[in-house]
This record gives sequence, structure tokens and C-alpha cells, in this order.
Amino acid sequence: MVQAVISGNYAQAYAAKLARTQVVAAYPITPQTTIIEKIAEFVASGQMDAQYVKVESEHSAMAACISASALGARTYTASSSQGLLLMHELLHWASGARAPIVMGIANRSVAPPLSIWTDHKDTISQRDTGWIQMYAESGQEVIDSVLVAFRVAEHEDVLLPAMVAEDAFYLTHTYEPVDIPTQDQVDRFLPPRKPSSGFRPGLANRYGTFIGPELHMEFQRKVAEGMERVPRVFREAEEEYERITGRNHGGPMPTYRTEDADAVLVTMGTAATTARSVVDVLRKHGKKVGLAKIRVFRPWPVPEVRALGADVDRIGVLDRSFTFGASGAAHTEFAAAMYGSPHRPLVRDFVAGLGGRDLTPPMFTQMFESLLSSEKEEVSWVGLKRRPEVTVRG
Amino acid sequence: MRSYETLEDLPEAPLATVLSDIIQTGSWRTFRPVVRKEACTKCYVCWKFCPDVAIAIDGDGYPTVKLDACKGCGICAEECKPKAIDMVPEE
Amino acid sequence: MAAELLAQAAFLEGKHPQSFPFFGVERRGAPVTAFTRIDSAPIGVRTSITAPDIVVVLDPSLIKSINVTAGLKPNGLLLLNSPKDPSAFDAVFRGRVATVDATGIALANGLGTRATPIVNTCLLGALARASGIVRLESVLAAIERHVPAKRDENRLAARAAAEGVLMPMPQAVVA
Repeated sequence: MVQAVISGNYAQAYAAKLARTQVVAAYPITPQTTIIEKIAEFVASGQMDAQYVKVESEHSAMAACISASALGARTYTASSSQGLLLMHELLHWASGARAPIVMGIANRSVAPPLSIWTDHKDTISQRDTGWIQMYAESGQEVIDSVLVAFRVAEHEDVLLPAMVAEDAFYLTHTYEPVDIPTQDQVDRFLPPRKPSSGFRPGLANRYGTFIGPELHMEFQRKVAEGMERVPRVFREAEEEYERITGRNHGGPMPTYRTEDADAVLVTMGTAATTARSVVDVLRKHGKKVGLAKIRVFRPWPVPEVRALGADVDRIGVLDRSFTFGASGAAHTEFAAAMYGSPHRPLVRDFVAGLGGRDLTPPMFTQMFESLLSSEKEEVSWVGLKRRPEVTVRG
Repeated sequence: MRSYETLEDLPEAPLATVLSDIIQTGSWRTFRPVVRKEACTKCYVCWKFCPDVAIAIDGDGYPTVKLDACKGCGICAEECKPKAIDMVPEE
Repeated sequence: MAAELLAQAAFLEGKHPQSFPFFGVERRGAPVTAFTRIDSAPIGVRTSITAPDIVVVLDPSLIKSINVTAGLKPNGLLLLNSPKDPSAFDAVFRGRVATVDATGIALANGLGTRATPIVNTCLLGALARASGIVRLESVLAAIERHVPAKRDENRLAARAAAEGVLMPMPQAVVA
């Protein structure tokens, strides 16, 4: 294990290298670019024995990845925002093809207006595509989650692609100390991939072809079942990772000081870091608040959510995106998972930090205080710029 | 000119407050295209291929580079059939 | 790069750094801001810095167009790339001002061109001397390990800037 000051993006690249990725096909897009530039550097210098396929678009990148993965290669790519959206139809393809591709995502908002800054609109808008989705809070979590993602994705009980997301700039370009596992540690954790698709050189096969109503549903059910087995496989993978590296990031939904909390904020991505500091400050002032963070969004951590909701009366879900015509996705999924539970907490949606809007300690304090003092359950857009007289009117 | 401060100021479409011509994308150029008129056949492939619409046609029908917009990508020089465009280092 | 090198230097001293840029619109002349936090423990926030202890200005022409001292603490430090004496900037900041002719030193050491001098390592050297938040030796070691080219020139320039920085009083900033 080597400690080094690296960016979240470099953490992705190091993970791909340590995983002994065999094929990388990727297209650059701010702020993911330094992931694939670093990988290109590794490949060009011989540090990484992978085939680097230069493609003309993200759509082609995913097509190349699916093909490589189908032939048994350990495959990695990365994208963001418009690029992720450009590969949208192939995201469905990848999961339907049971291709265990791992993709790093720089969470960047979506045009219009054009933005290079962070929110979760890109990955949240892909939550129906059958990909395992993870959100990272720190460079350490990035490198560890990508390695775990390879193992979970390639597991014979899963065989689904996985994306590991990190917030644009607040994590992609943030340099901080990261423990980089050794090659030996990763080799013990991640053995070579076992071919799974049935493709072999010289053996003819038809792939992903046309099927009528008689069996389409059953093929989709296979994807659903793979996803259903993820929680167990994920837990076992993280236990093994902890045995080898000593690190464990707390499962699909780690909690902080929630045991006796009156109010808990649920966050995704880098917001958790700042929120945690605010929890500590408010606790010093006698406010019983806590924090939970969604590390694994897909599959949605139903048991963990229900366990949290069983004990806490007031829960605020911080969505860094919004599903127009409904509410924030994490809020919707949280409330849905809670429905039918004997204890019904108040579950509120805080929509904040869209388009890179900074999430500051005072904003978290405001959210906690609002949670503690208000009975309302409507969606609140935090920090929206309104004309002063509108704000006063309320 | 519009200016936006709050939600109430925004129009019902993502209209910008300024036109593109004030954004001087030419300012970070490191190579500049130079057209050798004696070799130019006025095919206008350069004009067509320029991704920044940074090539205009002058009064004599020759392509002329709008230096405020030209980022120096070199696509014009690459695509020019008679090889009449040279990429020259700036400064 | 400057913010990243500062993080590397702090890390070499066993501290916990956090450095990240905030990109503006991508055109030359548009200010690019970079933030660095240094602590003895892991940093517990991931937000932009609005109340810095130190502001370093690499491009002196920015002073005309943006308020470089916005949020700078009254007892903070403003370090400017400028050949002028710190007293020339009394109108800009009433607190501690330090100046160093980073452009001149960079060019004298073959770093960059007149149009685009590479001043970041110079300013880091000056920062080490003027603020004490990292030692000059750590800056030089960070340059040696992490600067991809002209390491000797960059180190010479950083040292020259540390020696040439003008400041009203050689005080360390309390972190």
C-alpha cells in the first residue's frame, strides 16, 4: 500500500490499472478526461497491459466495451454528462448483454444550459438501465469502489455492468491523500475474469438478436435476478476487500451518529463530507442529528433504508438532481422503500447543489434545522435565487 | 442586454445574455493558419470544415481566417486539398 | 498545478491537503481559481473556499477585473506576482501583502515565454517563505517528484523567488 496525493480521476485510473483491465475504449469529456489520459499514459509506458481503443464517440466506446466484454476481456471505460447520455441505448445493451463492464463517471450536469459542474442528473437519469450504480465521497472510496465493482460485476451470480460516480471537480480534480493498494493485494482480491458469455473464438453464435413476446420478458427477468443477487455479492466482496486491505467503507448505506438521532440527512457523493462536519458541530450544540449516505444507488438498499427509517422520525433526503414531474430520485426511492413499514418517519426532499452550486456548511445547518423544526414534507429547493420580495412573502 | 440574477429573471427558454461573438475563442491559439493564395483553388473545403466557423470569404473570393475565433485546431490545413494552408506557430 | 504542488508539499510534511480547481469558462484570460486546504487531520469539507487565509495571484492583470481579496481574512496574506513593492497595493488590501517578480524569475530560468511565463513554482517558493505554511524544502521536493519537465529550472526558480519575495514582516500565517 502506497499513500499518495492523487485526484479522484487518477484514483479511477489506478484502480483500472491495478485491476489488470484488458480493454479500455473511451472518449474524452470534461471533467473525466484525466481518467483516460492517465490510463493512456499507463498503457503507453507499458505499466498497464491493456488494449486502448480510441473511438470517435461515447456511443462507440460503449459498443467496443460490450464487444470486448462479451469475448471475456476485463473492460473499463469512463464518461460524464452528455457523453453518458450519448451512450444511453448501449447502457441498456450492456446490462442486457450481461457484460460486466466497469465505468467511471464524473458526475456532471446536463445541458441546457451547458454546464461542466457537478450534479447527479447524468447518472440518475440512467438509473433504469440495469447498471449497478455507486457514488463515491472521497478519492479513497473511488479507488476501493472501482476494485469492488469489478469483482461484483464479474461475479457469476451477477454479471452486470457497474458505474462508479464521483462529483465533478469536488472529487474528480481534488487532490488528497489516498492509500493505493499494491498489485499483490489486488491480484488476491481480483482473480482473472472467467469468460461468461459463451463466446469462444471459432464458435459461431448470435448475440442480442430479435426476440418476440414469447421470451423477452424472461430475458429481462434474468437481468432483474442478477441485480437481486448484488447485495449479497457486494457484502462478501467488501468483507474480502477489508480482509486484504483493512478498509471497509460501510456497505451500501453507511450511517454516522444516527443511533439516537432526531433528524437524519441522507446524501450521495461529496456532500457527505461537509454534512458530517455539520453533524459534529450541531451535536456539540445538543442537536441530535445524523447522516446516512447512499453509496450504492442501484440496487437500492432497501433493508438499510428500512432499518434507518425504523428508528428515526425525521429524514431529509438530499437530491443533487430532480426528476421533473415527480421529486428527487433518491427521495422517491427512499419513500417507496419505507412505504408499508410500521414506523412512518417524516421524509422530506431537499433539492440542492444542482449545476455545481456549492453545498456549504450553513446550507446543511439550514436543512437540519428545518428538519428538526418543521412538519412539512414538501420538496424544498435549497438556495434557489429568488427576488427578495418573493422570499419575504414566503 | 439581458441580465439574470434570480429565478424570476429567467425566460422560458435557455437564452444566453450575450451573443457568441464576444467570446474570443482565438485567444488561446498556439498555431495560426496562413493561406497561400497562389496555391488556393477556392474550393472552400476549409470554410466548410472549420468547426468554429472561423473562416470567411473575402472580397476576392479567398478564404480569410477570423483570428478572434480561430483556435488553431489545424483542421483547415489538414483538409485543404491543394495543401495551401500552413499552420504557423504564434509569436 | 500550483495547488496540486502545494498539496504534495504539505503531504511530504505529514499534513493532510485538499486541492482542487474551479474552472471558469474555457478561454485564456478567464480566471482559473484553485483552492487548497491544509490541516493536520483529514479535511472535513468539500466546498469552495470563500474566506481564505491566503490568496495567491499568478496573473497580476486580474486585479483590475476581479476582486481578488474577496473574503480574505483581515489578518490574511495576499501574495502577488508583481515586480512592484508591496506598498503599491495598499489600495487593494489593508492586511499583509507580499510581492515577487515571478514572471521575471521564471523567464530568467527559462520557464515559459513572455506571453505565457510559467510562474507557479516561483509563487510556491515565495509562498513558503512569506507564509510558512509549508517549508521551502518541501516545495522543492514536491517539484522534484511531481513536475514533469525542467525540474532543475523550476527548483532554481522557486528558490530564487523565496529569496526575492518582498514582504512587510516575516510572519507565519496561523493556520
